[in-house]
Formats: sequence, structure tokens, C-alpha cells
Amino acid sequence: MSSYAILLGRQRHVFDDLKTLMAAASPEKSGDRLAGIAADTNERRVAARYLLADIPLRTFLEEPLIPYEIDEVTRLILDGHDAAAFSPVAHMTVGQFRDWLLSYECTTDALSALAPGLTPEMVAAVSKIMRNHDLIVAAAKTSVVTGFRTTIGLKGRLSSRLQPNHPTDDPEGVAGSTLDGLTFGIGDAVIGINPAGDNLEACVRLMELFDRLRQRFDIPMQSCVLTHVTTSIKAVEAGAPLDLVFQSIAGTEAANRGFGVDLNVLREGREAALSLKRGTVGDNVMYLETGQGSALSADAHHGVDEQTIEARAYAVARHLKPLIVNTVVGFIGPEYLYDAKQIIRAGLEDHFCGKLLGVPMGVDVCYTNHAEADQDDMDNLMFLLASAGVNFLIAVPGADDVMLNYQSLSYHDIVSLRHSFGRPPAPEFEAWLQRMGLFDREGRLAPLASSDARRLIDYRASA
Amino acid sequence: MSNPIDLDPFARFRAVTRARIGLGRAGDSLPIRAVLDFQLAHARARDAVHGHVDFAAMAERIGATQPVIRLKSRAADRPTYLARPDLGRRVDPTAVAGVERGDWDVAFVIADGLSAAAVEAHAEIVLSACLRRLGDLKVAPIVLGEQARVAFGDEVGDALGARIVVVLIGERPGLSVPDSLGAYLTFAPKVGRRDSERNCLSNIHADGLMHELAADKIAWLIRQALRLGLTGVDLKEDMAGTAALPVAP
Repeated sequence: MSSYAILLGRQRHVFDDLKTLMAAASPEKSGDRLAGIAADTNERRVAARYLLADIPLRTFLEEPLIPYEIDEVTRLILDGHDAAAFSPVAHMTVGQFRDWLLSYECTTDALSALAPGLTPEMVAAVSKIMRNHDLIVAAAKTSVVTGFRTTIGLKGRLSSRLQPNHPTDDPEGVAGSTLDGLTFGIGDAVIGINPAGDNLEACVRLMELFDRLRQRFDIPMQSCVLTHVTTSIKAVEAGAPLDLVFQSIAGTEAANRGFGVDLNVLREGREAALSLKRGTVGDNVMYLETGQGSALSADAHHGVDEQTIEARAYAVARHLKPLIVNTVVGFIGPEYLYDAKQIIRAGLEDHFCGKLLGVPMGVDVCYTNHAEADQDDMDNLMFLLASAGVNFLIAVPGADDVMLNYQSLSYHDIVSLRHSFGRPPAPEFEAWLQRMGLFDREGRLAPLASSDARRLIDYRASA
Repeated sequence: MSNPIDLDPFARFRAVTRARIGLGRAGDSLPIRAVLDFQLAHARARDAVHGHVDFAAMAERIGATQPVIRLKSRAADRPTYLARPDLGRRVDPTAVAGVERGDWDVAFVIADGLSAAAVEAHAEIVLSACLRRLGDLKVAPIVLGEQARVAFGDEVGDALGARIVVVLIGERPGLSVPDSLGAYLTFAPKVGRRDSERNCLSNIHADGLMHELAADKIAWLIRQALRLGLTGVDLKEDMAGTAALPVAP
């Protein structure tokens, strides 16, 4: 391990190794402070960025931040690296790579071809020397398209997860939130519920509820009950109508163990869902969630900064060919992302890093009540992410999740973004909304009093 | 005259969910009433997080019948408390007057946690209801902990020599309930106890678990824990609603 040093004026800044340098170069995050690895002065942070900009990209292949021998995520990253795909940028430093990402030569096709040649550490490193502007402009050039019953991530589209959470999973309560969302055209990425309990029977009942609704109105959609992967595998064995397998994942083997998973069980989950062959336009069967700070909260970060660890989770994700992945950016709490400035920065970093690695990235634009943030800040982040070409965003009724007690976006926000940016939902879902009379040709919403909307709202979930 | 049902197509769901459904629209956007209702709920939640418990007044009231010890955590203020959970878990060593090792069955700690409103509204009522049920046990002086998290009770309980510590603490406020109290029970408290070694009762508030019922459950858990010599995932919830929870504020 080599150390890194730079003289700025009369002050010499020394960094013991690559992970220390990476952490010091990171934009201010409360989680890195909590871990004791953040730069202790503003000057030292910029000093680290000068040094990081001059490091060759290939260094990250030669010097793993977390040892190959002790971490299966490191092994996955290095063993799966595509040297041929990497070759166009193999001669570049981190700084040169940043300039190239913003250049005219860097096109959508070039980025798609490059993705298997990039590692999480490379994209995390370059993100640390990029301004928010750069993260948005570069991410907007990427394209990651996936499919199940809808096609997600097409240029010029904006998809959404409908999140009808309820504190007791009451079927009529869940249906109320779901039907409300459908009248807004929400749910083309997934109708995904966090169940109140993790037991198999309750999860299967929810899967059946959504499957009946789908069949009743012939909706091109996929549903997901966000339970542990092992519960989903049991649901498949029990013959439940499961579309997608969900799991929270992180960027180290130890943090994944904290979630009760490893790469093997994740692969088993994917195989179980694939065996049902329920997709129509594609066979991406996984839904994964991530978030900066999750490894630190499990004391499984190996002294690596929270944003780099988060990018490593996307290497786990892309291995599983997911339909959708999102960071729960403001959910984990102010001890990891203190305020709106940190949450907004992290949301843009996560989206950029995921997309560059070829992951179908969405964001839960959200915050908790003990973070220094409010709905105005979420407005800012959602418009920035729409500019950056985010695949999908999460929405809950009135932006208030009454089960998880945090705030996300409202159904209204998604409609507003779609109109502001001219980005309709996934094509299959858009066609259904027009067939149902819920959207007119301009994508405007039908009045709730219309007979088409009433037909949907009057649906009885328990019937 | 229109049918009132037509004015609110979501009327039939309102009895079964508090979700903000059927809010109406102004163009694509939320109507002003819904915007302001949301802002009011968020304002109350924020005020609960950043509010101050009047521990001086509380010490006087409780002190009329019980010995009281006031302590602080190592988090000097609320911003530090929110950013550094590690500091909120430890006792400020410069102000530990009154903490002496004794022979106690149970120690109670009232901690502000993430909702001053919850502690002001419910903590003393739940405490006295618990004490009425535990007259035969040796109860340590009541500890009031400022800028304190659940694990603050581990260090306090250990220093007092209590066999079990009960922390009554303000829970992270949601938009619908800004004043929810939690009770965390830890047998053989000491620094470094894991959340899986605790039992938790949450949602103690006016629309949730009522004070007397909460006290019944806490007293039951204390006696079970003392009998079995443990708390946590291995202490089963024979009384409904006393699950061991993995996450503490």
C-alpha cells in the first residue's frame, strides 16, 4: 500500500492509503464523520481530490479497498471484470475519466459498452471529484433498459413505484392507496408494498390481492411484496403468484450477512422467480434496495466511506440482472446523511454510480422527521433526478408513508414531473391508462367523477 | 342534489386507512388544503424532535415521592445528538452526582430520545403506573437522561447495580403521531448490549397503547425477565404486543 501526499501552499497533506484518500475526498457526510474517516478540514478534502484526480483508473483493479480474501463482493467485482470493455478508458486517470464523461465523445452507446469494464470503486472515485452538475449531465447520457410486463428505462419515459403501505396490511386499506395511485398513472415500475409482518401467509395474501387486481383490469404491471428473499423463495414453493423477488443489499459481505443474505441465496431467489416464467416483455425478476450508511450501521464498512460502499452494492445488483434498483437515500437517518444538502448529493451520486455500472437505477426521494429536510428539498431532488434521466421514483399517497413513518414523493409529484419533462410512463402501461380512459392523449388525468375512474375506484379488494 | 358518496369516491376507505388518499388535485398538484395539512403534521413532528423536555420541573414532580438523579449524555446539544448516536448512548462523565451502586431489582430511566412531546405527555404517567404495580421490588432512584438514546440506560443501569433497566423514551415521530413513547427493557445492563438483547413496547400514545395497559405489559415483562434472567429475542411475548424489536432509537 502506498501513501499519497501533496503540498498546497505551505501545508503538506498525507493520506496513508487509497481508502483513506477516497474517504477524505468525499463530499461531507455525517456517516463518514461518525466512522471517523471524513476529512477534518475543507482544505484537506480538496487536497484529497487533487490526488484522486491523478490516480490511474487501473489502480482500483490492483489495490482492492477491501481484501479479496475476506469479502465475496470484492471477489465478484474483480473476477467479473471485463478487461475488453474497460480498454477504451484503461489508460485514463480518474480526472481524465471525469473530463471524458462530459465530452462529446462519451455517448450513450459508449457508456453502455463500457459498463461491464467499470468497477464500483472507479465510479465512486470519479463521482467524488464531480459536481452535482457533472453527475446529472453524465447520468443523463446513460441508458439502462429492463423489462418484465412493462419496459422500464426507455429514453423519454419516467416510471414510478406505487407504495401502498399500511400499518396492519388491511386489504381494503392497501387497496385504497393502490387504486388512488392507479388513477394517477402510478405503478408502471412496480406496485411494491412493505409488509407489516414478515410471515409467509400474510405475504402470500398480499401477492394474491395484487394479482387479482392485475387480472381483473388486465393491467400490464408487476407487483412485489418486499419481504426477505428466503420468504419469497418459500412463497414460490407454495405456488404463490410472485412476480418479483425483493431484497435489501449492501456493498460488503459482512453487511449483507447483517441482512441475512449472501450471493448464493440471492442467486437462488432469482432462479426461483425465473422458474415461474411470469414476465411477458422481459425476464428481469429482481427488485433491490440500497442506501448509504447501511454497512456502517452494521459495523461492516472496513473503514471505507459510505458512498464507495454503496457503489459496491450496485456490483451485487448488476450480477442479479434486476428489473429495478433504488437507493432509499434519506431513509437511513441523519447520522448517515444529516441534511437536505447531503441527501440531495447522495441521491445524485447513487443514481450516477448505478447507471454508469449498468444498473436500472431509481430513487426513493425521501427523508425522516429527524433529518434537516422538508418537502421543498424533495422537490429539488426530484426535479434534479428527472433531469438526470432517473428510471423510476417512488410515490406514496400524499407523500406520507403511514406505516414506515417517513416522507417520500406524492402521486401528484410524479404526474407533475411527467408533464414538466414530457416523459410519459412505460409504453405498455401508458397504453393501458389510455384504454381505461384514465389518461387523455396529452397524458392529462381523467376527473375522478368520470365513469372510467369510478370503475377502478369501486373495485372491491376482498371480493 | 348530488349523492354525497360522489363527492368523495374514497369515502369507503377512510375508516380503514390513515393514508392521505383521495386528496383531489389542482392541475397535477396537491390542493392547498392538503399542502397545509401536511405542513402542519410535519411541523408538529419537527417540534417534537427539537423540543426540550423540562427535566427540572419533572425532577421536582417525581422527587416529591421518589429519589431522582438528573444526568446528561455526551451529546452536548440536539444537532450533535442527531448526528452522533454513539455520544447519546454514553453518560457525560463530568456530571454523575448521585449515581451509586446499590442492590436494585429495577432502574427506570426517562430519556428524551427523538420526541420531547412524547416524554412530556406520557412518561411520568407510565412511570407511576409501573411503580404502583411493582411495590414489592427494590426500585433504584429514577434517572432523567437528557439527549439520551436507549443504550444510555445500559451504562446507567450498570453503574446503579440494577438487575434490569427500563428506558422510557420518545420515539421517532411520524406525521400521524408526533408523541409516541417507547419502553425498552434490558436485563443485566452494561455498555455494549445489543438491540437483540432488549424487549420493546412501542406506540404508547393516545391512539395507541394506553398508559395502564402499557404499565401492565412493562410490569409483566420485568417480572418475567427477573424470573428467567434475560431479556431479548428469547423472552417470548406471552402478552400480545411485547415483541423484541431489532431497531432502537
